[in-house]
Amino acid sequence: MPDVKEKGWRNDAYAKVTGKAKYSDDLKFVNMLHAVPVYSDYVHAKLVQVHTAEAEASPGVVKVLTSRDVPGSNHFGQIIRDFRIFADDKIRYHGDVVAMVVAETRAQALQAAARVRIEAEPLPALLDAEEALRPDAILVHENHGSNIINTHHVRRGDIEKGFAVSELILERVYETQFIEHAYMEPEVSVCLPRPDGVMEVRGSMQHPFSTRRFVATCLGVPLAAVEVVGMPLGGGFGGKDDTAAIVCARTALAARLLNRPVKMAYSREWSIRESYKRHPYRVYYKMGLTRTGEIRAVQCKIIADGGAYCSVTPWVTWRSTVQCCGPYAVEHVHCDTWGVYTNNVVTGAMRGFGSPQMNFVIESIIEEAAAELGLPAIELRRRNMVRQGSVTITGQKLDNHTVSMEQVLDTVFQEIGYEKKLGCCSHGQGDGEELYGIGLAMSYRGVSLGAEGVDFCAAIINVQADGSVILDVGVHENGQGSETAMSLILAQELGIDLDVIHYKRSSTSTIPDSGTTVASRGTIMGGGAVALAARELKLKIAKLFAAELDCAPEEVRFVANQLIGKDEKKSLPFAEAIRRMFQMQQFPYALGVYRAPQVTWDEEIGQGNAYFTWVYGCQAVELTVNKTTGKVKLLNAVACHDVGKAINNTMLVGQFFGGMAMGTGYALHEDLNVVDGKISHGNLNRYHLPRALDLPEMKAVVVENYDAVSPTGAKSIGEPTNEIMAPAIANAIFHATGVRHYKLPIKITAQDSTKGGR
Amino acid sequence: MPQYTLNVNRKDHVVDVAADTPLLWVLRETLGLTGTKYGCGQGLCGSCTVLMDGEAVRSCSLAVADAAGKSIITIEGIAEEKDHPVVKAWLEEEVSQCGYCQPGQILSAIALLKQKANPTDAEIDEAMSGVLCRCGTYPRIRKAIHRAAQLKGGGQ
Repeated sequence: MPDVKEKGWRNDAYAKVTGKAKYSDDLKFVNMLHAVPVYSDYVHAKLVQVHTAEAEASPGVVKVLTSRDVPGSNHFGQIIRDFRIFADDKIRYHGDVVAMVVAETRAQALQAAARVRIEAEPLPALLDAEEALRPDAILVHENHGSNIINTHHVRRGDIEKGFAVSELILERVYETQFIEHAYMEPEVSVCLPRPDGVMEVRGSMQHPFSTRRFVATCLGVPLAAVEVVGMPLGGGFGGKDDTAAIVCARTALAARLLNRPVKMAYSREWSIRESYKRHPYRVYYKMGLTRTGEIRAVQCKIIADGGAYCSVTPWVTWRSTVQCCGPYAVEHVHCDTWGVYTNNVVTGAMRGFGSPQMNFVIESIIEEAAAELGLPAIELRRRNMVRQGSVTITGQKLDNHTVSMEQVLDTVFQEIGYEKKLGCCSHGQGDGEELYGIGLAMSYRGVSLGAEGVDFCAAIINVQADGSVILDVGVHENGQGSETAMSLILAQELGIDLDVIHYKRSSTSTIPDSGTTVASRGTIMGGGAVALAARELKLKIAKLFAAELDCAPEEVRFVANQLIGKDEKKSLPFAEAIRRMFQMQQFPYALGVYRAPQVTWDEEIGQGNAYFTWVYGCQAVELTVNKTTGKVKLLNAVACHDVGKAINNTMLVGQFFGGMAMGTGYALHEDLNVVDGKISHGNLNRYHLPRALDLPEMKAVVVENYDAVSPTGAKSIGEPTNEIMAPAIANAIFHATGVRHYKLPIKITAQDSTKGGR
Repeated sequence: MPQYTLNVNRKDHVVDVAADTPLLWVLRETLGLTGTKYGCGQGLCGSCTVLMDGEAVRSCSLAVADAAGKSIITIEGIAEEKDHPVVKAWLEEEVSQCGYCQPGQILSAIALLKQKANPTDAEIDEAMSGVLCRCGTYPRIRKAIHRAAQLKGGGQ
């Protein structure tokens, strides 16, 4: 067994470095048709008619599909059923798909797509989220009655009193931008109508069960009549849910109507145009503190641009609301949050899920408050941060896990030498060309779904007669290495070699619906289910052989491919035990179900035990800003996160670096620049994704406070690493230039970089 | 349609495609070599990188007519070589995450190591900057290139 903890290991490593891994677009089937979407150039318009005759007469075209061809429901959504398979009454954003051309070849489909004529009456567009709240605003969905997708609130203490006892009150406004997930693999789907009546769906999507719901609803068939099979995924980052699922639904529709395999492979341009983005936020934030640095009150108004359809805006903004004060215990809180419709591009889930925006706000304003009070910002953080037994702003007592906020802060503080380096910051002054700054940010994050939804997950261990093991888990491999993490957990629990474990590619027809692989819940929920299944299986096996091993079933240990009795006197090879089980008419099979501990939530006042456990993280960044060009050069970064327990070190550290890289783009480079409802960057040409040249030297420090709530002790890492890089960079830029930025991405003008000096 | 003779992975193939067809689609669709990936179609992301006469090129924006008569190596051609030091290093350092960009990364790394036997960190970052990785595997790519340099040089 490889020393995986030190060296890492992946079940798909070889396939991925030899080009043998088959991603969705690498599939080809006999008699396969090709589909392409048709867009209009409108941002908001009443759809009068879609003229398809000319396109249908084009060479190779088999059919042109529109909303009229949908046998099930043309409307679907995970929360509000407002997504359209094809635009029907109106076009609501520039990425709305009006029709789909299906032809013998992709080239023929593309040629015909240009011949679909869309007759529509343009409508004035609603392009500003705040304007959407006005009573006279243009309505994006008339039937909905307003543009408000959702509201959330936190009401804690007495906000008036909180500000009355405050000696410093700061009020600031922050804005963040639309950004692209930019998974390297654009959306693809390949669907096969099977002779058994089941529609088999493969595709570049990260949520098989969610995709199945979209497909079944569109086709008007039961869930069991759709089988979604997981494929290696070229990145997701939260972005391959709703709109990627709709790509699958449209493809399945064509396959059903034409009774042939159909592939729809997206171009990068379509992917950027149609897929949902990270929500831009406008946040009005007011913080009251005492002279000694206790945060007494926070009042905030959060407005999130949900774009044309609901997607998961209510859930994204719920997390923002629950975490609206960052990792600080504040007595008096009054938060109002709105998710609103506009005619901008749809927004939805993206790594971080409503926290990167809020952490930029909180971790910026806390530094400003400290400066006003003449206190070190670290000191202000220490005075207000959550500790063991603290009560959060939603009334949750943090007592069921190790609250390691201070531990991770201290670790980063020491590791990077923060205090000394803070003294070297330029603050807008300095002789050289480069201004130097260091900055830091920290957060806590509720693990998994919390009160967003039902949270449980299944795993099936099916040991074969020769001792080899098939493992099937309800979480999805999105590229993060979840199959490997699940296999490692199983090998550890059963005390067997990794190479006898074969991870079964996920299928919605073999494992119970375990929810979506989101919210950094893969390892804790999937791993929890694997561990529980393994424990059940061990007991089942032990009961049969305990007498032979001269001990009670509970005393049998599973180590080094052996069942070992009490005091290590007797042992039995694992494979031998399995072989004999089959002779005894016993299946070495177990279904494990991990049910997340209950959470509670009162939506009216925003109080309750929002999440069943929390993770803690801190990141610091050193950088320089060029006085003449304003160019930022990141030098060095240290990140420390409490993950509960590390399962696979290489992939764990990979999540650190990937999250920090993505956070760097968010802070400094990435902006889809949506103008008049249209994304300015059609491809990746002017959308700057971080490259190695843009990144600092990164160091990951893993803290492991075993979490007893989790069957494996492990918690989450995917999102925490992404949610504090932007404020750490913003704070470092402030320490370099003396200029505070309230808008992402941070744009530094030459003027900015020299006017500092406080 | 014109016929072109393409030398791909050390074998000649006669393909019957339009002159302006990007090499990427000839590799993937005509020759069934799906290890080379589409990412943007405009030579911006580097996922489609292959070697042409030993140099890293973007196959999505290279017309098949311009590739005719040249030696093209794709990831499949690298995988055929037993214990290729770059592939070995990639496995040792566990570089791949989602893996989609990695064939392009590996071919770019091979081109770099051909030019510079022992590149520095800065040289690696510069030379590899044309191949995007959204998972952010860059630190492991750097380590793997150093390791490959060591393996090529006969190191253990």
